Amino acid sequence: MAIRSFLILFILFFFSSLNPILSLYEDQVGLVDWHQQYLGKVKQAVFHTHKTGRKRVVVSTEENVVALLDLRQGEIFWRHVLGSNDVIDGIDIALGKYVITLSSGGSILRAWNLPDGQMVWESSLRGPKHSKSLLLVPTNLKIEKDNIVIIFSNGRLNAVSCIDGEVLWEKDFEGESLEVQQVIQPPGSNLIYVVGFASSSLFEMYQINALNGELLKHESAAFSGGFLGEVSPVFSETVVALDSTGLILLTVSFQNGMISFQQTPISNLVKDSFGPAKIIPSSVTGIFAIKMNAVTIVIRVTDENKLEVVEKTNHETSISDALPVSEGQQAFALVQRAGPEIHLRVKLAHNWDDNLLKESVKMDQHRGLVHKIYINNYIRTDKSYGFRALIVMEDHSLLLLQQGEIVWSREDGLASIIDVTTSELPVERDGVSVAKVEHNLFEWLKGHMLKLKGTLMLASPQDIAAIQSMRLKNSEKSKMTRDHNGFRKLLIVLTRAGKLFALHTGDGHIVWSYLLQSLQKSKVCQHPIGLNLYKWQVPHHHAMDENPSVLVIGKCGPSSDAPGALSFVDTYTGKELSSLSLVHSVAQVIPLPYTDSTEQRLHLLIDADKHAHLYPKTPEAISIFERELSNIYWYSVEDDNGIIKGHALRGKCTGEVADEVCFDTRELWSIVFPSESEKIIATVTRKLNEVVHTQAKVIADQEVMYKYISRNLLFVATVALKGSGEIGSVTPEESWLVAYLIDTVTGRILHRVTHHGSQGPVHAVFSENWVVYHYFNLKAHRYEMSVIEIYDQSRADNKDVWKLVLGKHNLTSPISLYSRPDVITKSQSYFFTHSVKTIAVTSTTKGITSKQLLIGTIGDQVLALDKRFLDPRRTVNPTQAEKEEGIIPLTDSLPIIPQSYVTHALRVEGLRGIITVPAKLESTTLVFAHGVDLFFTQLAPSRTYDSLTDDFNYALLLITIVALVAAISLTWTLSERKELQENWR
Amino acid sequence: MAAVTPLLLLLLLSSAPSFSSESRNAYNINGRVKIPQGLGTKGYALPGRMSNVKVLLNGGQNITFLRPDGYFSFHNIPAGTHLIEVSAIGYFFSPVRVDVSARNPGKVQAALTENRKGLSELVLEPLREEQYYEIREPFSIMSLLKSPMGLMVGFMLAVAFLMPKLVENMDPEEMRRAQEEMRSQGVPSLSSLLPGGAMN
Repeated sequence: MAIRSFLILFILFFFSSLNPILSLYEDQVGLVDWHQQYLGKVKQAVFHTHKTGRKRVVVSTEENVVALLDLRQGEIFWRHVLGSNDVIDGIDIALGKYVITLSSGGSILRAWNLPDGQMVWESSLRGPKHSKSLLLVPTNLKIEKDNIVIIFSNGRLNAVSCIDGEVLWEKDFEGESLEVQQVIQPPGSNLIYVVGFASSSLFEMYQINALNGELLKHESAAFSGGFLGEVSPVFSETVVALDSTGLILLTVSFQNGMISFQQTPISNLVKDSFGPAKIIPSSVTGIFAIKMNAVTIVIRVTDENKLEVVEKTNHETSISDALPVSEGQQAFALVQRAGPEIHLRVKLAHNWDDNLLKESVKMDQHRGLVHKIYINNYIRTDKSYGFRALIVMEDHSLLLLQQGEIVWSREDGLASIIDVTTSELPVERDGVSVAKVEHNLFEWLKGHMLKLKGTLMLASPQDIAAIQSMRLKNSEKSKMTRDHNGFRKLLIVLTRAGKLFALHTGDGHIVWSYLLQSLQKSKVCQHPIGLNLYKWQVPHHHAMDENPSVLVIGKCGPSSDAPGALSFVDTYTGKELSSLSLVHSVAQVIPLPYTDSTEQRLHLLIDADKHAHLYPKTPEAISIFERELSNIYWYSVEDDNGIIKGHALRGKCTGEVADEVCFDTRELWSIVFPSESEKIIATVTRKLNEVVHTQAKVIADQEVMYKYISRNLLFVATVALKGSGEIGSVTPEESWLVAYLIDTVTGRILHRVTHHGSQGPVHAVFSENWVVYHYFNLKAHRYEMSVIEIYDQSRADNKDVWKLVLGKHNLTSPISLYSRPDVITKSQSYFFTHSVKTIAVTSTTKGITSKQLLIGTIGDQVLALDKRFLDPRRTVNPTQAEKEEGIIPLTDSLPIIPQSYVTHALRVEGLRGIITVPAKLESTTLVFAHGVDLFFTQLAPSRTYDSLTDDFNYALLLITIVALVAAISLTWTLSERKELQENWR
Repeated sequence: MAAVTPLLLLLLLSSAPSFSSESRNAYNINGRVKIPQGLGTKGYALPGRMSNVKVLLNGGQNITFLRPDGYFSFHNIPAGTHLIEVSAIGYFFSPVRVDVSARNPGKVQAALTENRKGLSELVLEPLREEQYYEIREPFSIMSLLKSPMGLMVGFMLAVAFLMPKLVENMDPEEMRRAQEEMRSQGVPSLSSLLPGGAMN
């Protein structure tokens, strides 16, 4: 009896000692998580190297990032991500200490402190009409000792003080059709030229005093041929333009206010003309380039405004901006790709024939062409000029070249991820290289002794450092083989540049990358767009020897009927297996739950004409598919018209498209939302691969509720037409939000709820039998989150055991979606503090572990929130039974516990998506958040109940066992001795 | 401890009609974010840098940054009710509801949405600090004893020293009976399990 009570006490103690620790200790950062910072494709770069000291470069990117980089290593000193509609128009450095950015269509001008990135001032510029935005920072133009910045934007020329952002003067250019093309400030003068076109055939020139904005001269001259595209300034008072046919080059000179045109037909310059040309503007004096189809022609303008072709090439050529070198000379660089190398030439502007520098640099084929180049010079030890070049490649990567070598490179394509999927790593086998994990027992013990010292707080600072590095450098986590727990995987990501990357989940390193040829600009496809990634082949069972592969779907151009393109890529080697250019478009892709004998998944591609195409195009796939033809349903959402339609297949295609894998479709049902009162703003379904452990949910009092689990449920949110705008644009009375649950096979609306006085944006997540959505409540002026849970009532009678035993249950009755489902819904709403960018939910292998919502907040953090907080059965005073079940007392708002931010003290700047992948270990889920930054971590929503944690102290266990054995032998000898003594007595 | 320097800030939120003629109904919202000195210095050192603070209007429609003195402004904002959020790592800010009135420009109302507290001026202060990490408890004998290993040792000690006491208190008759019972069941005794025990 005593022993038993002891045991109970012991067990109680044991479990109470496992007190819940949800979050991370600071020294655990980086153990299972990694964070990578990127910038996006560089749009503009300005070097800051004139002073002795650190060499730096300021960049602006297509992800609206402005950043300062270290020129030696390419590290980020500071970085700011501007709003998504705050597109950067131009950057420059002023006074040698401020970074000036012009953004939002030329309406916001900001100055940032160069060393630390602190914003110094911000000015709002407005103007009469929309126009091109131009930023000019003249180096030696001063108004009362104050350097100025010249901005042309929205039809207005502004001079802004560098020191505080005050507008010193402004001048409107209100001419009806005036399109300003260039603002030129001849160095060393106080004049500004504003040149542009008016009514398509007038060339206008304004000469302005830079000190006070006074208009000095205004000239205009007509050219009957009209103008096309941009102009390129060649001298301070001469520009080059194209006539409207694109066949004649015009040299426009406006010296002394006299405008004169000089026409040069392109056919005079080059023998064989290649159709209309396009000017590539450059800032190099006397040099510009035109492009005709794939041919680039570099043209020099002589002093008498004569044009002269200096180079004609079929290679894609990029020309840098002019770089002033000594004695008023300008240098510039040309770069071309030829096979495995890129050729870089640096020349002086007035001397084409000699090269200051000529280098060939070996370049990875998968970086594609050179898109942009920026050069900077330095003085070598022998007093000659050396040049370094910053180049932007087709895959959006950024590289620094110096002395014929790549000094550093940044994979900035990863800042614009379109889609993510995962792939398993190879199984550990002979021949697969495996890093050595532990050297020997002694090392292993030493490591654990150190750990023990750490827990006992006996470790010296060196020891702590050693422990930390040991934990972070655990070679186990970045091994290239599959692990027992399924933590090591490959994240396959598709970027906007059309490049596939495989990232290792252990430490985030790039395993391979592949620039997809099908997603590159070509003659047939001018604007390819990557769309989605799907798992094409996941070998297990009978195709173990095959490598897994992914399917990349793209299309040619933004229109809905643009032809599609498919690529199949091996995820182990990173090689393209095959690619297909489709004749049909891709409107929708449906991965089917069927695989063929080689484990290739069947995919159905729906085109814009509502034909379905089956891939792979094999007879086996067709035969599998034809068996399941009547079981395939899908839906389509036309949010412009407010219609949701359900579709099914009819049979093989009839008519002119005679293709074995083409199928006709039919419309089953359609739901038309009243266009005057409702607009679809969000649709969400369950994830296809989600696993649900049990349908039954045992609630307090031993009652059972049956979850209504259907793969065909669709959540739709609509808002009033007026409420579809921004927050603050409507009053609560004229806005409402309606949430629907729709069965996508029958088109039946299972549930409908209206939230009066609410508006979008709506972010929602659907899992198991519940949906959680986030929206704005205008009445309370706060964000709200609602949960809807849906339960199956038709099974509610089955909880009687006797019925089950006697076979009087209806569990075996056929389930049909055509019979009216008997469902009930429960819902509840709560306030939530933050704006939300995206919501995801954790997923585990078997679906046993409780779920957490992963909320990507507006501050670019990811918050993990237990689903228990969003339980519609929460009440203010739960009964004892409900408390035991784990129901939390109802509060009006959801708690934000700082320790439950999975991104801890980091930000995933520009957060766009959160992906969760189950690990093999049931308790653990892998989370990948991407935006401009990437973040990966492992989460255990109910703690790692099925494995020992990393900080489990084996040494302590060993010591305990040794101590126990010692104690046992000691007591045994003692008892022996006692027994002996008693026998002697 | 947190020595908040009392700064007298006059009306900071001024919705003056903009200077541009075409956007007559556009206003500016000016405000200030104030992170009291002293906050953020305890615990793990937070980079209490103002340069990493973002101010967001209406869920990211406009994003702006702070000047060195903490001031921020949104330009070209239409009249209506807006929501301002502050994103700063290490601090929790309540979103602020701001009413920009078209009828009487210059009149402005602001209120924290978390606790409905009205603000007379648009000075935003963090409601609290956010600690993202658990704090490691300092080493104590109790925590070692409460660990599974400690419990094992404790249990063993208890058995070794308390059990004989219990046995002593037992009735000798009962004791004998229990021993006989155990023998008849053939429960292996501790000594017989050990290698030397077989010699007995």
